Amino acid sequence: MTAEEIHKNLQARFGDAIVEAKLDAPQSFLVLDPKRMKEVCLFLRDEESLQFDFCSCVSGVDYKEGKLGAIYHLASMVHKHKIVLKAFCTVENPHIQSVASVWGGADWHEREAYDLLGIIFDEHPDLRRILLPYDWEGYPLRKDYKVPEFYNGMKVPY
Amino acid sequence: MGLLDQRFENSNVLVTSLEGLLNWARLSSLWQMQFGLACCAIEMMAASASNFDMMRFGVIPRATPRQTDVMIVSGTVTLKMASRIKRLYDQMAEPRYVISMGSCSNCGGPYWEHGYHVLKGVDRVIPVDVYVPGCPPRPEALLEGLMKLQEKVRKETLVKKTA
Repeated sequence: MTAEEIHKNLQARFGDAIVEAKLDAPQSFLVLDPKRMKEVCLFLRDEESLQFDFCSCVSGVDYKEGKLGAIYHLASMVHKHKIVLKAFCTVENPHIQSVASVWGGADWHEREAYDLLGIIFDEHPDLRRILLPYDWEGYPLRKDYKVPEFYNGMKVPY
Repeated sequence: MGLLDQRFENSNVLVTSLEGLLNWARLSSLWQMQFGLACCAIEMMAASASNFDMMRFGVIPRATPRQTDVMIVSGTVTLKMASRIKRLYDQMAEPRYVISMGSCSNCGGPYWEHGYHVLKGVDRVIPVDVYVPGCPPRPEALLEGLMKLQEKVRKETLVKKTA
């Protein structure tokens, strides 16, 4: 199924949950409402003609000027088609609905995005840091991140 | 012992200094802590494997700090790992030695500027005896570092240092 067909299918069913679509990009993407990720993703996974059974990657992005985003790369083993989903939030209100209950693989990916960018995935089963130590302060991949002088008594800068 | 073979008339007598004997025993059996941190660990494993055969110097990997004499810090020391390394070092029995292998554990390596999570040199948490440069160092370089450490051990003395 092409990206246009997927977009039409979702638009008809979920309406304004699909905020935006860019279908002529090298990797076509749909921008979703961050509060309605789960219902759309459940449909993408379970609908007979879509069957996106594999969430291959979740990326977190800091777009500067207080805008954060999560990007989901989906693929279907059955139909051999792909789609990219995006959801945006702000630094002041960094909430996106988790899809870890839809694809188990998204669990650790979302934890990584939380760890490094501070995006809070609502309804995530186990949202804690995954790479950095639990007592780490701040989110290092944010553009305004300042490296601390010391961590647990160890000097950090060169 | 090849040099000494067949050089003695009486089989019961061998003359050496106690210091020399202790140091010789120590440098000939530097058991190594079995752990690797990053890509340098691959070169360390190559140094242990048959082509370079670190075991011919008496370097045997041991999986517990209680039985080891030398810690080879082979790779990037993250801040999260640094406290673990410190603890492992503290658990080793004296005399203990540290070889810092590769640019990362020497000084932070390629992460020196933007590595918010990297300790810029393992010598910020534990004392280092020998630094082996390289990114990663070849097994020959690690063996050279090991032999430098052996030279250091050979010169150790039981005599109390005077100021």
